[in-house]
Amino acid sequence: MLEKILVLLCLPSALAQHLCTPGASDGYKVRLSIKTALGDQAYVWNENEMFLFRATLAFAMRTHFNGQMYNVSNIVVCDETPRVSFWFVVTSPLDTSTLVDRKDVEEAVRKSRNRINSAFLLTDKTLEFIGIAPTLAAPVYPDPPPWLIVFGVVMGAVGAGIIILLVTSVLQKKRKKNEKSEGEDDEEDTRVKTVENGTASDGVYNMSFSDDERFTKM
Amino acid sequence: MKLKLPNPGLDNRIPSHEDLERMEKEEAGDRPKWDNKAQYLLTCVGFCVGLGNVWRFPYLCQSHGGGAFMIPFLILLVLEGIPLLHLEFAIGQRLRKGSMGVWRSINPYLTGVGIASLLVSFFVGVYYNTIMAWIMWYLYNSFQDPLPWSQCPLNANRTGVVEECARSSSVDYFWYRETLNTSTAIDEAGGLQWWMVLALLSAWTLLYVCCIRGIETTGKAVYITSTLPYLVLTIFLIRGLTLKGSVEGIKFLFTPDVSTVVTHQPTLVSIINTITQDAVLISIINGCTSVYSATVIYSIIGFRATQKYDDCTADNILKLINAYNYPENSITESNYNEVLIYLNQTTPDIIQGLQLQTCDLQAYLSQGVEGTGLAFIVFTEAIIKMPVSPLWAVLFFVMLFCLGLSTMFGSIEGVVVPLQDLKLLPQTWPKEVFCGLTCVISFTLGLIFTLRSGNYWLALFDNFAGSIPLLVIGFCEMIAVIYVYGIDRFNKDIEFMIGHKPNIFWQVTWRFVSPLIMVIILVFYFVTQVTKSLTYLVWDEEAANFPTLEPRPFPSWIYVIIFILAGVPSLAIPVVALFKFVQRKCCKQKDYSDDTVDTISVKIQMNDKKF
Repeated sequence: MLEKILVLLCLPSALAQHLCTPGASDGYKVRLSIKTALGDQAYVWNENEMFLFRATLAFAMRTHFNGQMYNVSNIVVCDETPRVSFWFVVTSPLDTSTLVDRKDVEEAVRKSRNRINSAFLLTDKTLEFIGIAPTLAAPVYPDPPPWLIVFGVVMGAVGAGIIILLVTSVLQKKRKKNEKSEGEDDEEDTRVKTVENGTASDGVYNMSFSDDERFTKM
Repeated sequence: MKLKLPNPGLDNRIPSHEDLERMEKEEAGDRPKWDNKAQYLLTCVGFCVGLGNVWRFPYLCQSHGGGAFMIPFLILLVLEGIPLLHLEFAIGQRLRKGSMGVWRSINPYLTGVGIASLLVSFFVGVYYNTIMAWIMWYLYNSFQDPLPWSQCPLNANRTGVVEECARSSSVDYFWYRETLNTSTAIDEAGGLQWWMVLALLSAWTLLYVCCIRGIETTGKAVYITSTLPYLVLTIFLIRGLTLKGSVEGIKFLFTPDVSTVVTHQPTLVSIINTITQDAVLISIINGCTSVYSATVIYSIIGFRATQKYDDCTADNILKLINAYNYPENSITESNYNEVLIYLNQTTPDIIQGLQLQTCDLQAYLSQGVEGTGLAFIVFTEAIIKMPVSPLWAVLFFVMLFCLGLSTMFGSIEGVVVPLQDLKLLPQTWPKEVFCGLTCVISFTLGLIFTLRSGNYWLALFDNFAGSIPLLVIGFCEMIAVIYVYGIDRFNKDIEFMIGHKPNIFWQVTWRFVSPLIMVIILVFYFVTQVTKSLTYLVWDEEAANFPTLEPRPFPSWIYVIIFILAGVPSLAIPVVALFKFVQRKCCKQKDYSDDTVDTISVKIQMNDKKF
C-alpha cells in the first residue's frame, strides 16, 4: 500500500521529466555568466541556486496568470552544463503532462524579468534567456537638447561682446572728434584774441611770405 | 651669382634707411601694435601651431616610418621653412607694409602675389572655420552624461539598435549620420542641415568678436588660445600614461621603419604646408609641439587599440565557452590559442559556424588616424572608455578649438589687411566693417559645407586650395625678394636692421636651395596629381566594405571647381602682371609718377663747376 502511494507520488515528476529535452519546442535555454557579472564575489552554482531559480520562475508564472497556482514542481529543468546553462519547461498546474505554451512563458518572463535578475544579482546580459530579447530601456531625450542650451549661452556671450566692442569704438571715435573740434575752437579763440589785441598794434603778421629770403639768390 | 632682374624706380617706392629711422621715432605711437613681445610671440606661435600639429603630423609620422620620418621633416624644416619665413619677416620689417604693399613696392607687376595670397587666405579661411564649426558642435554636445556618441539610438520598434549604427559603431554613426548627415556622393547635395548652420554661425561670430579690432583684440585672445592647448596636451599625457596600453601606442609611433620613408609628394606638400610659415624660434616651437602632441595622441590611441583588442578577444572567448558549454574563466587570453587549435582539430565545423574574428593589435593601432577621422572618431571612442568622459571631451574639444582659432586669426588678417590695402573699397570704412564683411561673405560661402555632401566638399578644398597655390606663392616670394628686389640690397637691409650681414647658410638657402626644392616639389606634385584619376572617399551603407569608406571618382564638373581653387590664385600672379603691363603701355602718357620732373632746370644742367 505504502509502495503504491510512493510510486503514485513519484510518477508525476518522473513523467514530467521526460517532457524537458534540449531543443524542446516549448522550452527555453537559460545561460548564466555569474563570474563575469560578480567577479570575486561570485557565488557557486549548486542545487540551492537551482531551487531558487525554479521558485522565481514559478513566481513569474503566478504573477502573469493571476489565480493559477504554479509550484516549484511545475518548473522542470534538464541538461545542466558546467557553463551554467540549462533548459527548462513549464508544466501546467492543472495537468502535469501538458506544457504551458512558449509564448505564455515568454510573456511571463518578460514581465518579471527585473525581479528574476535581481534575485540572482545579475543583469539582462549575464542572465540570458535564449530567444527572449530584453526590452531595451527607452533612451531619455531631454527637451530641449543640451547642445542647444550651450549654444544659446555661447551666442549670447558673443553677441554681447560684439555689441560692447562696437559701441565702445563708436564712442571713442566721437570722443576723439569732440577733442579735435574743441582743440580747433581753442585755436580759433586764441587767434581771434591776437587779432583783437593786434588791432591796437600793427596788425596780424602774415605768414605766407615768411619763407622768402630777403634777397633772392642768383 | 649676381643675377638681378631690372627693376626701375625701386628706390621711389620704398622707404630708405634714413626714412626708416625717422618713421621709427615719429610714428611709433600711431601704428596698431602688440602690447608686448609676449603677445607678438604668442600670436606667431598660435598662427603656426594649428590643427595640423595635432592630427596631421602624428599620422604622417607614424605612417611614414615613425621615428625615421623625422629625418625628411627636419631637413625640409631647415632648408625650406626657416629660410622662407625669415625672408618674409625681414622684408615685411624692411618695407613697413602689409602683404599687398610689400609686393607692390618691390615691383608693381608683382601685385599679383599679394592678390594670390589674399585669395588663398580667403579659401583656406572658409573651409578651416567649418572644421571649427564641427569642433564647436562636438563641444556643445560634450556637456552631457552619457555622451551622445557612446550609445547607438534604438530603432523604431525598440527591439534593437539602428542598423547603420550596429554595422559600424556608435562614434561612426554620430559623426556621419547625426553630425554630418552625409549623403553618398558629392553631387547629391541634400539640403542645408540646420544644426550645422547654427554651429557655423557660432564659429564665425566668435571669430568676429575676437578679430573685430585686429591685433588689439586678437593680441588679448592669444594669451588663452596659444597657451591652453599645451596645458591640455600635458593633462592628456598624464591621463594617457596612466591608462592601459598607452605605451604600446607610443612605441608604435616612434618605431623607425626606414623602408617606408618614401618621399612621395603628398607627404612633402603636407610638410610644406605645415611649416611654410615658420622662422627659427617659431619653427622650433612648431616642431616640438608636433612631436609632443604626436606622443600624447598616440598614447591615447594605444589605450583605445588595447581596449578594442581586449574586447575582441573577450568576445571570441565568450563565443567559445557558450558553444561548448565550458565553465566561465576556463579559457583566458593565455590559453586561448591552444584551445582554439585543439577545438579546430576536433570539431572544425562548429568553429566555422562561430565566425570568430581575428584580433590584431597592430591593425587597431593603425586605424584611420588622420584629420577629422582622428578627432571625431578615434579620439571620441577613446574618450568614452575613460571614466568621467564628459570632462575629457570638453578639454579635448576646447584644445582643438583654441588651436584652430589662433590659426584663423592669421587667416582673417591675411584677408582683411590686403583688402584694405587694395583700395577697392572706401578707405573711410572702419576696420570693423572690413572684418564683418569678410566674415559674412565667408559664412555665406561656407554654407556649402553644411549641405549633406559638405564633408566631401571640405576634403576637396583641403586638398586643393591650400597646396599648389601655397607652393607657387612661396616660390614667387623667394624669387621676388632675391632676384627682383636684389639679394645685395636685402643683405644691406638686414645688416641695417640687426647689425650684421646674414651668414652663408642664409645666402645659399635663399639663392639656390629653397627655390630649387620648391620647384622640384611643385613639378612632382603636379605630375602625380595630373596622372592619377582623382577619387574621394564616401560613406555608403550599400557599399561592399561598409563601414570602411569607399573610394569613388569625382564627376567631371569637379575639375572646374578644382581649377578655380588651385588655378585662380596661382594664375593671378601672371595675369595681374600682364594687366599692369598692358595698363602701363596704353596709359603711358598719363603716368607722371614714374617720370621725373619735366622742366628746363633738370634738362639743362647749370654747370657750377665752370665758375
